[in-house]
Amino acid sequence: MIDLRVELPGLHLKNPVIPASGCFGFGKEYAELYDLSLLGGIAIKSATPKERFGNPTPRIAETPSGMLNAIGLQNKGVDSIIENELPFLAKYDTEIIANVAGATEEDYVEVIRKLNDQPVVKAYELNISCPNVKHGGIGLGTKPELAAHVTKMAKEAASKPVYVKLSPNVTDIVEIAKAVEQAGADGLVLINTLMGMRIDLKTGKPLLANVTGGLSGPAIKPVAIRMVYQVAQAVQIPIIGVGGITSANDVLEFLNAGASAVEVGAQNFVDPYVCPKIIEDLPKVLERYGYASVKEASGRSFRDE
Amino acid sequence: MKQEVAKILSNIEIAKDIWKMELQTGLAKMAKPGQFIEIEVPPFFLRRPISINEIKGDSLVIIYKILGEGTLQMTKMHDTIDIFGPCGNGFPIEDRDVLLVGGGVGVPPLYETAKQYLKNGHQVDVVLGFNDQSQIFFEQEFKELGCKVQIATMDGSVGTKGTVLDAIHEQKISTSFVLACGPLPMLKALQKEYTEGYLSLEARMACGIGACMGCVVKDTSDHALRVCKDGPVFPIQEVVL
Repeated sequence: MIDLRVELPGLHLKNPVIPASGCFGFGKEYAELYDLSLLGGIAIKSATPKERFGNPTPRIAETPSGMLNAIGLQNKGVDSIIENELPFLAKYDTEIIANVAGATEEDYVEVIRKLNDQPVVKAYELNISCPNVKHGGIGLGTKPELAAHVTKMAKEAASKPVYVKLSPNVTDIVEIAKAVEQAGADGLVLINTLMGMRIDLKTGKPLLANVTGGLSGPAIKPVAIRMVYQVAQAVQIPIIGVGGITSANDVLEFLNAGASAVEVGAQNFVDPYVCPKIIEDLPKVLERYGYASVKEASGRSFRDE
Repeated sequence: MKQEVAKILSNIEIAKDIWKMELQTGLAKMAKPGQFIEIEVPPFFLRRPISINEIKGDSLVIIYKILGEGTLQMTKMHDTIDIFGPCGNGFPIEDRDVLLVGGGVGVPPLYETAKQYLKNGHQVDVVLGFNDQSQIFFEQEFKELGCKVQIATMDGSVGTKGTVLDAIHEQKISTSFVLACGPLPMLKALQKEYTEGYLSLEARMACGIGACMGCVVKDTSDHALRVCKDGPVFPIQEVVL
């Protein structure tokens, strides 16, 4: 019997598979397809203090082995999420991670304060890495001192563990990871999307209305694996790995690289059943490579054997 | 909605760059006119949303235009195809006569819609707009169903020279209830002339099920609507184009 359980700050995951924020809405659409209680957890779509419509369309462009998105943190605001989304999620036996976003540090604090007394939310995921908003987002996530400061403020406001989702659009992700660890982060989520762009040959102009977008999908998996591998050796806090996962083999690769759990993003769009499929396959894959548990596989790539 | 590997019964070109594919699939039993299916086209990453043209007992017909590498690849598929759906809300089937207006590759979903209105004993006027003669398709199929069909071409090579609205005016079609699918300028023009009816929109999508917020439009009170889940069919005066 392979042990899929993962214990992380605030999160008792029955398995390491978590749909990534922005790729799963608030679960309602996928709940029509399968039982959300199968999932280790769910990272729900970003919450900001007020409603945001997001960017103009087109917001989506396909790329080789992936896609660009420039949604722009569309959401109805934290109050609406508390009223209309969280009660639905409370019906399921899965760990809810609230992704928190904003334009200023105060925005992050405001969202966290409002979510603190929502028992369904087990942990926060600080989104300081969205490449598609002009203020906040990635602006806070690309400089170690700014990332550390917003992490510190979030930690002071939060009554639950804070994970910080980092941007790959930096020269040295290890430096940022260490800074947010020092500022008190309970864990890291690596990585958000890579900033990219496409041009429409018919018009000669950018395809996305926002000009640039975030690249996700299998195209970014090697970048994510490299960053998890580097950061895992430099910090003591756990890492949730994300970027281009489509299979249980990919999950094992992230575990070996140093992740404790994973998030599955864009593949939910391609195969809406991908998460339950991975959860079903994972014990077989772990067994095939000689692991008795998820924990055993984590960090093997840099462990002395 | 469900995912299925469907058998391709046929896949043929019916007009310049316009292809018709028939699929044997259990999704046929669940489908409504105006809905769409999400099609996997290896090696491309995202599924392609394609509207349902006709619902048969255990098969679905789709019609698609070669617009890029993905739809070109679809013309080479002959065995099986991974589909997901049916997605979206579809056209309402109301108890009244209807004017169906289609432009270019927006024509296909109107066909099953016409069948259902005719089946209920209603008069179905059809106005189809194309750029030129070479791109006309499905005129005969609508006629064979028993619809009154008018054609508009931008170059005047067939029917009324000009837009679908030019044809509607020229033929003095007075049906007040319109269902339409086609290019944005056509839908905007219809919005100015009609108060009753529904428009089906096209959009770049990622998930196709309402989760990603990639394909939103606004309603008249500035709220976001998802083309894939709240649409693709919207009340004609409630969506901002």
